[in-house]
This record gives sequence, C-alpha cells and structure tokens, in this order.
Amino acid sequence: MAESNLPLLLIPLWPLLGFLAIGFFGRRMSRSAVATIACGSVALSLLTSLWAVASLLGMPEGSRRIEQIIAPWIGVGGFQADWGLLLDPLSSVMILVVSGVGFLIHVYSIGYMHHDRDFPRFFALLNLFTFSMLMLVLANNYLLLYVFWEAVGLCSYLLIGFWFERPSAAEAGKKAFIVNRVGDFGFGLGVMLLWTTLGTLRYGDVFSAAPGKLDAGGALVTVLTLLLFLGATGKSAQIPLFVWLPDAMEGPTPVSALIHAATRVTAGVYMVARSAPLFNLAPFSMEVVAWIGGLTAVFAATIALVQTDIKRVIAYSTISQLGYMFLGCGVGAYAAAIFHLMTHAFFKALLFLGAGSVIHGLDGEQDLTKMGGLRRQMPITAITFLIGALANAGIIPLAGFWSKDEILFGAFASGHVMLWVFGAGGACLTGFYMLRCYILAFEGQSRNPHAHAHESPAVMTVPLIILAVFAFGVGFVGFPPDGSVYHHLVEPVFAGAGEPAAHGLGLMVAMAAVSLIMAVLGIVVARVFYLRRPELAARLVARYPGVYRVLRDKYYVDELYQHVFVGPIYRASVWLWRRFDEPVVDGSVNGIGGLVRAGSTLMRYLQTGYVMNYVLSFLIGVVAIIGYLALAR
Amino acid sequence: MIGLLSIVTFLPLVGAVLLLFADRQNEGFIKNGAFIVSLATFFFSLGIYAQFDPAQAGMQLVEQAPWIAWIGAEYHLGVDGISLLLVLLTTFLSAIAILSSYTAVTEYVKEYMVCMLVLETGMLGVFLALDLVLFYVFWEGMLIPMYFLIGIWGGPRRIYATVKFFLYTMAGGVLMLVGIIALYFASGASGTPTFNLLALTRLSLPFATQVWLFLAFAVAFAIKVPMFPFHTWLPDAHVEAPTAGSVILAGVLLKMGTYGFLRFALPLFPDATRYFTPLFAWLAIVGIIYGALVSMVQPDLKKLVAYSSVSHLGFVMLGIFALTSQSVQGAILQMINHGLSTGALFLLVGMLYERRHTRMIEDFGGLARVMPAFTVAFLLVTLSSIGLPGLNGFVGEFLILVGTFRVHALWAVVASSGIILAAVYMLWMFQRVMYGPMTNEQNRNLPDLTTREIAVLVPVLALIVWIGVYPTPFLRTTDASVRQLLQRVQGGAPSAEHENPTGTATGTKVADAELRDGGLRLTLSHSSLSDFAAASERRHGY
Repeated sequence: MAESNLPLLLIPLWPLLGFLAIGFFGRRMSRSAVATIACGSVALSLLTSLWAVASLLGMPEGSRRIEQIIAPWIGVGGFQADWGLLLDPLSSVMILVVSGVGFLIHVYSIGYMHHDRDFPRFFALLNLFTFSMLMLVLANNYLLLYVFWEAVGLCSYLLIGFWFERPSAAEAGKKAFIVNRVGDFGFGLGVMLLWTTLGTLRYGDVFSAAPGKLDAGGALVTVLTLLLFLGATGKSAQIPLFVWLPDAMEGPTPVSALIHAATRVTAGVYMVARSAPLFNLAPFSMEVVAWIGGLTAVFAATIALVQTDIKRVIAYSTISQLGYMFLGCGVGAYAAAIFHLMTHAFFKALLFLGAGSVIHGLDGEQDLTKMGGLRRQMPITAITFLIGALANAGIIPLAGFWSKDEILFGAFASGHVMLWVFGAGGACLTGFYMLRCYILAFEGQSRNPHAHAHESPAVMTVPLIILAVFAFGVGFVGFPPDGSVYHHLVEPVFAGAGEPAAHGLGLMVAMAAVSLIMAVLGIVVARVFYLRRPELAARLVARYPGVYRVLRDKYYVDELYQHVFVGPIYRASVWLWRRFDEPVVDGSVNGIGGLVRAGSTLMRYLQTGYVMNYVLSFLIGVVAIIGYLALAR
Repeated sequence: MIGLLSIVTFLPLVGAVLLLFADRQNEGFIKNGAFIVSLATFFFSLGIYAQFDPAQAGMQLVEQAPWIAWIGAEYHLGVDGISLLLVLLTTFLSAIAILSSYTAVTEYVKEYMVCMLVLETGMLGVFLALDLVLFYVFWEGMLIPMYFLIGIWGGPRRIYATVKFFLYTMAGGVLMLVGIIALYFASGASGTPTFNLLALTRLSLPFATQVWLFLAFAVAFAIKVPMFPFHTWLPDAHVEAPTAGSVILAGVLLKMGTYGFLRFALPLFPDATRYFTPLFAWLAIVGIIYGALVSMVQPDLKKLVAYSSVSHLGFVMLGIFALTSQSVQGAILQMINHGLSTGALFLLVGMLYERRHTRMIEDFGGLARVMPAFTVAFLLVTLSSIGLPGLNGFVGEFLILVGTFRVHALWAVVASSGIILAAVYMLWMFQRVMYGPMTNEQNRNLPDLTTREIAVLVPVLALIVWIGVYPTPFLRTTDASVRQLLQRVQGGAPSAEHENPTGTATGTKVADAELRDGGLRLTLSHSSLSDFAAASERRHGY
C-alpha cells in the first residue's frame, strides 16, 4: 500500500501530543515551556509534512497516493469504517497550508496572548485544532472526515468562547456550533445515503464505484451531493448558513486568522473538491454550488463595504472569498478553487494577524472609525497589511490575482457568463472594501486622541513579514495555469472533471485585464472616498440611508432566523411543556390516579364499619324489595 | 458448584445481608463495605466477559435448576451478546453510584447501602433471567429498593414521585404478568406449558395471539423505557431521587425497558413486532424530538437531563425497531452510552447540588472560572451526550441512524434533526451554567472536584472516550446475538419484504450482499427523488 515508510500518523500526532501535554500539565508549566511545546509540535508537523510531500513527489505522476490503515474503527455487519489516512496531492496542499500557516500563527500567538491568564488553555486548544484539521484533510473515508469535521467545529466552539466570561463570546461559540450542526445534519445524511447506495465510505472505493452505480445526473447522486454541500455551507459559512462566522470574531484574533480564515472554514471547499468525482456526476448540484458561491461572494462583499469593525470587514471578506472558491468548484475549476484556498490562507491570515497587531497596539480597539494614521506608529504592520489587502483585492502580481483570475476564467470558459459578471463585480467591491479598511486604519489622521499605538514585538511582526512574502509570491507556483508546478501536482486528482475548453491566450489575458480593472476601479473609488474627499462617503450615506442601513445590519438575516426559527421553536417548546406535557400527558396519568382515588372514596362509604350504617342499608334494601313486590302485584 | 452468573447476581445481596449485622454507628465501615462488595461484583462480572465467546449467538454460562416444580418455573440464568454489556454496565455503575454517595447520604446510611446492594441484585437478575417467572420476580422485586431510595433519601416531593414511579411501573408490570401467564397457557397448546424463554422463542404463535401478548409486554417495557407518551414519571422520579438513585435510574433501570423489547417482545412475537414496527418507530421519533424540545426549556438541571433521556431513549427504540444489524447493535451500544453519559451528568449535577443545594440553572453561571476540573469533566460529558464524534454517543447514534436509513430513509431524516436539537439544549445549558460572568456571589468560592469525586468520574470519562475511539471490543460482543435475533424476527416474514423492493437504479447496482439481505428500501424517498430528478433533467435539457 505505502511505498513510503513514513507513517502518516506522525503528521497529526505531534500536535495531539502537544495538546495532551499542555492540557494535562500546562497549568504547572512555565509560559515559555507551553509556547515551546505548542509551536514545536506544529513545527514538527510541518517538517514531517514536507518530508511526506517530498516522498509523494518522488512517486510517479498519476500514482501519487499513500494510504495507510491504522486500526479498524466501527465494523457492524456490512458497515465498515477505519482509522485510515490518505496522502495525495490534494491533501498535500492542505497539510502544508495547515501546518505552515498554523505554525506562523502559533508563533504570533505567543506575543498576542502574552498577558492572558489562560495562556496554556489557549495553546492546548490551538494544538487540538491543528491535530483535528490535519486529520480532517488526511482522512481516507467520509466517516472519519465527518468526525474531524465536527472536531474542528468543537475547537471553534471552544476558541470562539475562549473568553467565556463575556456573554457575547459564549453566545457566539454556541451559535457557531449549532449553525454548523444544521449543516452537519445534511452531511451526516449524505454519508448515510452514500453508504446505503455504494456500501463503502472509503474515498478510493466510493470514487471507483460511483460512476458505475450512480446514474450521472440522476436523482440519487444529485440529492447525495446536495446533502454533502449543505454540510459545506455550514462549515464554510455560505448562504444560508454563514451567520455564525461574523460572530466568531469574538474569539482571540489568532483564532480568527487560523481557524476562521485560513484553514477550518475552507474545509467545506476541501470536501467538495475531494468529492469532485461525485459532484461531476451531478450537474444540477454543480450549478447549485456555483450559484451559492457566486451569490455569497457578492452578498458578503456588499456587507463588508460598510462594516466599521476591522475584524468584521475581514470576516465578511472571508465569506466572500470562500464564495469564490465554491464558484470555482461549481464550474468544475477545482484546481483553481484549491489554488485560491491556498493563496487565500496566506493573505487572509496575514490580514487577520495585521488586524490583531492593530488591536494589540490600540489595547483592544477594533472600531475603524477610531483608528487612522497608524502607518506612522506601526510601519511593519501597515505595509504587510497593505500587501495582504492588495493580494485579497486581486492586484497583479500578488497571490490573490492569479487564483481569483483562474476561477473567473473557469466560470467564463464553462459558459457561466452571468456568474463571471458576479465574480468580476465582486472583485470591484473587494478592491473597495479592502482599501477602505486599510485607509481607515493606517492612513490619514488619527481619530483616537487616547491611542498610544505602538508597533508589535518581533514575535508578532516576523510572522507578518513571512506571511506577506507568501501573500506576495505564492501565486507564482500556479502560473501559468497549464504548466505550473501547482497544476502539475494537483490536476491529476481532478482528472476527468471534464477538461476546460481550450481558449486562446488572448481570451485569458483579456479576462484577467477585466477583473484587474474592476479591482483597481474599486481601489480608486475607495481612495477618493476615504482619502481625497472624505465627505463623499457621508453624502452617499445621506442620499441612500435605506441601502446603508440594510448593508450595515447585514440584510437582517440574523433577525430573520431569530423570528422564523429560534423564537418559534422556543415558544413551541414552552408550549409543549406547559400546555401539553404537564396538563395533558402527565395530567391524564394523574387523572387516572385521581379517578381511582375518587372511586375508592365513593366505595369507602359502603364500608364505614358502623353497624348502624349497615342496618340502615339493610333496612332500605328490605323496604325496597317489599315495595317492589307490593307494587309489582 | 455455584455458577459465575449466580455469584455475580447474588453477591450484592449477600453483601446486603451481611451489612445488616454491621454497627450502624460505624458509617465508614458500612460505606467501604458496600463499595468493596460492589467492586468485587464488578470484577466477577469482568470474569463473565472473559469467559464469554462472542462468536456464539446463543446463551452462555447457562445455569438451570428446578425451582417451583408444580408450575414448571425454573431457576434459569444465562448471558448472551444482548445482555452481557448491560450486566457490565450495571455492576460498573453500581460501584460508581455507591462511591458517589459517601458524602451525599448522611441519614440511615446502613439502610441506604443495603437498598443499593439489593437493587443491584434485582437489576442483574433482570438481565440474566431466562425463566419468565424468575424474570418477573426480579423485575418487580427491584422496584422495592428503588421505592425506598426515592421515598426516603429523595427531595421535597419524594413521596409523590416514588408512589407515581412505583404505581406506574407496577401497572405495566401487572399487564406483563397477565401476558406471561397467557403465554404459558399458549405454549401448552403444543406440548407441556413452560416459562422457559428459550423454549418459548421457538414457538410460532397465531398472529392474533401475538398481537395481544406483544401489547401486554410492550406497554410494561414502554413505561420503563420510558417511551413517549408514557414518560412523565421519569422527570418527577429523577428530580426527587438522590444522586445515586438518578444514576441507577437513568443508567440501568431505563435500559430494562429497551432490553425487555430485545429479549422478550421481539423474539417471542416476531410477526407482531413487524406489524407494530411503524407505530413504535414513529413514537420513538416523536420521543426524540419531543424530549429534546421540552428539555430545552427546563429551568431545573435534573429535569433537563431527565427529558434528554426521553430523547436519547427514543434513538435506542428507533434502532431496535428499524431491525437492521447496524441499528440494533447501535441501539445496544447506545444503551451503554446513555448509561455512561447520563449517569455522569447526574453525578455532576449531584456534585453541584451538594455544593450549592440548588439545581436551578439560573442560580449558576461563570462556574468555569472557579471549577476548572469540573468544567473539563462536564464539557466532556456534555459533548458525549450530544453525540460528538470521537466520543461514545456518536458511534451509537450513527449506527442507529445509518441502520435506520437503510430501511426507512424518512425515519432517519426526521430523527437526525434530534441531533441538532441535542446540541441546542445541552450547549445552551452548559453556557448558562459554566460560562458568562460570575453573577451570583455564592458561587464565587465553590471548591473544585475532590479526589473522591475525580475517582468517581475518571472511569466513566475514560469509557466515554474509549468507546468513541475504539468501539470494536463492545460491538464484537453484540454481533452474533443480534444477527440471530434479527433472523428470528424476520424469519417468518414474506420474502418480498427482504428482497430489494426497488430493484431499480440503486438496487441492482449495489453489490454488497449484506445490503440486499436487509432490504434496501429507499421507496419512501424514491418517488420524491424521481420528481426531483425529472426537474433537474429538464433544467439541463437532457
């Protein structure tokens, strides 16, 4: 099975050991010991991952997969699921991103969480997350994927609610878990349907059996893929289940960077890409994926336009970028989607860590309207943030340009012109809100007289610089799309996805130019609005107050869910308890008891024990009989 | 030579009798004595596990002796894959429960420990008896110590609760007694009348007889489970019972109902079982959702856990009545899981109660800051209860659902929504108790877990993780017996039920023989699926 002797289990094992060590003994360790164990374990993971990927690359193209079964897990009748790991090009990209970006964020957290009294708990959970995420992408079957799918959800729950004494944090953690459970409801049913139809959950068996056993375009595969996709919309915060991600910003900023931007939220994209052989059989599902992705990309971008909390701007940007990835998957450009996943991991982690650096420097201030002019006090943060913002906006030659452009090209080339328009429009919005965010924080005059901003320590800025280098340059591994290192590695996984129709180089360049122009347009408008003529923005708001309110209040989706689901279910439950369970169900039980008792009370009068009563009834009886006999005559 | 099963069953009773002679002032001796007896029982029951051969489907370690000769009732014990894990659960939880009540019980300690030990013998007898009269004696006899446990050591409304518990269960039990006697005479029609369960399961009774007898047994078991709508004794009994009583009640007593279905109702009346399957499955599903919704709005922690039991036992019942090897094995595992998780929840709530003398959720908040070890334990148990993968609850629930999905996709779809609701009510409760600011001054100095409390919790937590990560040793024991049971239940069915009724798209293409055996029935969803397919095909212009 394995041509390599390297046990894949080592990769996730390190952070697991780190979690156990810190979890059990962390409170008795010094902070530097905790930090060393936490960062060291992820560093070991990274090294092991590099080694594993290197040995994978040493295998001949086309047969690059290492699968190792560790132990049987659940076996009942014909149902079998194992603890098994699979390394192929797709999971290679994922483990490198998770352990690489994860390592940098671990290091950064040493500085960011320095003053927190729950320092050990933070790193224990961060390690637990890294373990879970690595297992998620290394799992060799759907059930194990589901297990760690929920496990990363648990880590989100615990880390969003890390400052659990804040009611909003506790609430946000719970919300994230429950909204994800709604998605997992679909995913779980999808897994059941998958097993019921194919009799296996192992990727390899599923994908080889699927084309033979499932009718392409048939109802079964369509429902199956839509159920899986429901899970993805929960995990990756897409319409209609995106509502938890903005609230997840209650967690410490490194958590937002690692879990709610770079890795965990991309699990949905990974799952769809992993299931490409199934989705390819279900064109209708593909359309749904593409449209949900495209709509979410624009929808979230519009909300990001007017948010004033720096983390929320980036959070909505994350939702929007995840939308692009699904758009890519939906039009069959899986490789492009995973490419964007990778570049996004770098620049979005960079943006969040930059925001964290700002928040750290301003003693917890997150409101963009109370920042401004920070470029002078925090030069490293400012320049790296700008690189991240431009990469996110898709400016050539930064990383985001290559990957986003490839997705948009994929949409156009596959005939989804409308979605391409959405995507290009979204690029314009992205350029606007990213630069707005940068300008409000770093340019102009300070709007906060009390701020004594200071640049963050090296333990935080060095990860920023490294991420900035990647955000700048990582796009080149995917260029040009038909001959790059990246595509050589990953494309074979998606072979059979239907080759994208060959288009001339001219069209590609034209498309790229259009999306670039859109992004630059957004940036220019943002500069005008927030730097050159700041009064313009206010005037626009005054002109269209309704539009502004709708965007600011996020289209009232939270309120909608509150009124349609949460409130009614709660009231129904109270009603069931107070008006049904107590009076009706229990009432009838007690009623029967009461009836018996009432009956007994009545009967008791027959047996009073007084002779006089008995004589009386005797007398009545005699009189009645005599009377009857007399009258009957 | 006394058999191992008899030793395990009666060791607690012997201990109880010996304790009667102990000096009532010497509470330490009584507590330790009771604990040692229960611990010894647990180790003997591990001996059963060691001698048990999972490859055999039938009864093992059988002990048989004449008892009441003139009616043919026998002393007849045996263990198979269905009862083995429940026996282990009983001995395990009894020891835990006794250890947990060292400080909680301060009055009548001697009587309390005697009751606990007598109760243990009663429960073990229920799971091991193979003679219907013997079974009935244990079944009803076990009510007596439980009646006292709630009635003497319970909360303010203990008398109401214990009388309700006793009468409700008794009412069902009497119906079952009628059923047992009727069964006895029915078996006389084709030979000597008997109370021997193994002989009775070989009978083939007329359908009408089966229906009536099934109902007589099923009502008794459904009350015990408790199945919606027979559940209302449970919240009252739980709220008033002392902690150890709740642990045993939730952990073991409820399983006697589900066990009763597996051991008696299903194999004795296979045709009636199939006839009533839709009714019981839907009642189970209603119970899952109903229990979860009502649980969500409970202000009292114990009531919340009690209603959550209604929901969890709904899953077990659904698994039993889906009648597939996955679902039934999942149901048995879920009985164990529920015993561990809910048992642990009651232990934890009891620990809070000992400290604060309240169980109202609103009295707590922010405890995570002052009780870190308690928080970790509570979190783990909460997650186990909501079926988080990697912990025990997931394995059971998933097997139940996947086994159910195979035969009735719609049942599994509706029941799955219970998993969402479980997260809602448990995490909301956890948030209100553990998270948020410390608003109540009385909570500020709550002590964290003591060493004894940790000793009580750690074995349970270890099992919760173990079953989640590596359930194979547990599932292996149930496999053969469940297979045999399902053969019995489905043996008399018309063959069309078994063969793949769809025979189309999915059916013919599925190679897995196991799948065909159980009958892949996607019919419910199929018609709607094809509409959907037609729509999607039009959309693409195929």
